[in-house]
Amino acid sequence: MSSSSPLPESSRSSSPSPSPSPSPSSLHLAVALDGAGWHPAAWREEVSRPRALFTARYWTDLVQEAERGLLDFVTIEDGLGPQSSHFTEPDARTDQVRGRLDAVLVASRVAPLTRRIGLVPTVVATHTEPFHISKAIATLDYVSSGRAGLRVQVSARRNEAAHFGRRTLPAFGIEDLDSPEVKELTADLFDEAADHIEVVRRLWDSWEDGAEIRDVATGRFIDRDKLHYIDFEGRHFSVKGPSITPRPPQGQPVVSALAHRSEPYQLVGRAADIGYVTPHDAAEARAVVGEIHAAQTTAGRAGEPVHVFGDLVVFLDDDPATAAARRERLDGLAGSPYTSDARIFAGTPAQLADLLQELQEAGLTGFRLRPAVAGHDLPAITQGLVPELQRRGAFRHAYEADTLRGLLGLARPANRYAAATA
Amino acid sequence: MSNVTDGAVERAAHPHERPLKQIHLAAHFPGVNNTTVWSDPEAGSHIEFSSFAHFAQTAERAKFDFLFLAEGLRLREQGGEIYDLDVVGRPDTFTVLTALAAVTERLGLTGTINSTFNEPYEVARQFASLDHLSDGRAAWNVVTSWDAFTGENFRRGGFLPQDERYSRAKEFLTTANELFDSWHGDEIVADRASGTFLRDARAGAFRHQGQHFDIGGQFNVPRSPQGRPVIFQAGDSDEGREFAASSADAIFSRYSTLDEGQAFYTDVKSRLARHGRTHDQLLILPAATFVLGETDAEAAELAREVRRQQVSGATAIKHLEFVWNRDLSAYDPEGPLPDIDPDLGEHTVARGRAQVRMYRDPLATAREWRERAAANKWSIRDLVIETGNRQSFVGSPATVADTIDAYVQADAADGFILVPHLTPGGLDTFADTVVPLLQERGVFRKEYEGTTLRDHLGLAEPTIS
Repeated sequence: MSSSSPLPESSRSSSPSPSPSPSPSSLHLAVALDGAGWHPAAWREEVSRPRALFTARYWTDLVQEAERGLLDFVTIEDGLGPQSSHFTEPDARTDQVRGRLDAVLVASRVAPLTRRIGLVPTVVATHTEPFHISKAIATLDYVSSGRAGLRVQVSARRNEAAHFGRRTLPAFGIEDLDSPEVKELTADLFDEAADHIEVVRRLWDSWEDGAEIRDVATGRFIDRDKLHYIDFEGRHFSVKGPSITPRPPQGQPVVSALAHRSEPYQLVGRAADIGYVTPHDAAEARAVVGEIHAAQTTAGRAGEPVHVFGDLVVFLDDDPATAAARRERLDGLAGSPYTSDARIFAGTPAQLADLLQELQEAGLTGFRLRPAVAGHDLPAITQGLVPELQRRGAFRHAYEADTLRGLLGLARPANRYAAATA
Repeated sequence: MSNVTDGAVERAAHPHERPLKQIHLAAHFPGVNNTTVWSDPEAGSHIEFSSFAHFAQTAERAKFDFLFLAEGLRLREQGGEIYDLDVVGRPDTFTVLTALAAVTERLGLTGTINSTFNEPYEVARQFASLDHLSDGRAAWNVVTSWDAFTGENFRRGGFLPQDERYSRAKEFLTTANELFDSWHGDEIVADRASGTFLRDARAGAFRHQGQHFDIGGQFNVPRSPQGRPVIFQAGDSDEGREFAASSADAIFSRYSTLDEGQAFYTDVKSRLARHGRTHDQLLILPAATFVLGETDAEAAELAREVRRQQVSGATAIKHLEFVWNRDLSAYDPEGPLPDIDPDLGEHTVARGRAQVRMYRDPLATAREWRERAAANKWSIRDLVIETGNRQSFVGSPATVADTIDAYVQADAADGFILVPHLTPGGLDTFADTVVPLLQERGVFRKEYEGTTLRDHLGLAEPTIS
């Protein structure tokens, strides 16, 4: 049994298999998992397993399918309250999936049963403790041998704040987003999220690699000079550190965030490795990539790789008419047409491949696909879209790295505290 | 050994009129204290998942009731520096337990989770999720924190006076139970034809107004297989015992000797009636260490070696500082005890440790230790080795099986939470040698009879309050 010190960078990020490196035109693919799928009527499809949504088997099956398709990672949606069809308020609907399991724990449950795919659960920064989140994701990185990430989210929902009882939030709707009061609130929530991520990241670095020395001669288990207080003091919390969990295998697990507006673009520029964005065409994609890169420069991270992934809801079938008809049928079941922040695509794998490559040319480096029906559209991605992209030389034929950072072409970062004291 | 099919032989070995009690056994993953011998050549990683998986799979192979994880939310310090002589570092409890659910099938998964630096909604979600993802194997050891030292890592920071610690813990658990019970288990109908997913839009509705928590809304995890996680309590104060008698399913106690175990057992079980509960609704499971050898003599020799591994000279000085509350680094661990007296001011030397509070009269402890050391010609290190935590069970497999069985039948315990001193293989020999003997006697299961931890512990399903 070896000590806990992570493997050297070379063996963590390089390929143990003879597979070719992805070509320059390769794109990255992730799938966003949420219940039975993103369409509110997805659970009613024959292929869906609505009674299994709260079982380990269901999630394992989905992630293993994604891994068979060589996808970079899956994200898992979460929230600190029931799902709702309203923007900020709960609803009283009984015709849609309600309830979900903790996403970090779902990812952890699946980790030992998968080998290469990245696991990126959603965490809500607004009400949670950065100390707990940091060690939870570090532990996910240990149990997955370097495949962990997180997708950070804020909550502006009054009902979710009432679940914690430590703050009250005002009522507002999507139409109020540009009001001064709501702008101030969202700016504050995103500032808090940025602080949260800063603490999470500092705690990951609060143990240097090799801090565990097991020096029998002196009786010291650790070299305490390689452990660091993080001494974070912010408006919402102060955290002393160090973490109780040693630096995770990737050093810094992958941080990602969904972004539609300037506050989250700044959060991505300041703190994330991946931003998920929702352009509806190549021009919008070009513009949003420019905004994120500008935010990165402002944050002093101009030289660092930040992926910008396009989010798309997908209905995939062998011919366009079938996909369109399925979308229409599901909308009929739901009682209204499905709308989304992301572009909704209905068509064939080849058509989707065309669209992804067009958006890639506009500057996106990858895509996070939201299957409309998990049981249908996830296998359509892995068994239809992926082979199509492979034929075009635009997607890997085998996993080329054994960590998530490795799959994303991100080096294992130096430890900020080691650099400061070197 | 008696033949398992011959009940008369077994009963003859146990002169009780009542039927034999079934023993409960659990495995405590070696912790961040000097019980754990990290310097042994066989000692492995305390953080890699493979260590946890090996340990859990060994416990499951031996048909143990559950795995137990402790927790501490700030690294210990002594003399203003991070304590470096013991294992340092551990994983997040929920995350590693849930991963272990993937590599085991029946083993219960008990996590120690603090009620001071968490919020009920989040903890209830995590336990309900763990229970779903393990098909009903989750348990929660509810603990409280005592100091602002740990609070420096959390939003609420601060400090809770002793009396408020338990009132917050009680209210935290009450609130979490309200959240677990906010789903009854029949809400999800998922009827495709009618398009009804939920029977009732109010599933998960709750409202709690109390001294520590004023929250309301809808819990978003449907009822889990066990309804609620099994509840453990570990505190030893009068308030802790009352808390356990009123609210816990099991106690993780520190009394592993026969006399102390019986006294504790009698005390706690006698409190149950006041809370309208019966004798079998609360299990007493002391922590116990062990050393096995081919013979009793060999085990005794091994136990002495382990104690010397556990208490190096440097460790001995640090342990003396728990009582003296002073920097004793100038003292020679192989020399006599300090002749200066303990500092009786606020304890400042060791932080993040519960045991410093055990020495309520440091002057008396120091006096007693000096006398014992002088009488026995003990050095500081000898003294710490002799007065510290001796192994609970030392002997051949037959001796240890006899002792464990005798203690349980004599109501010193309902079973034990075993704390091996080696990671990850410290349970292997026990599983291979002691467990079969207990099985032969008919006092420990040969196969799991149920699927949930409640089944293993013989606890009834909770009724919805």
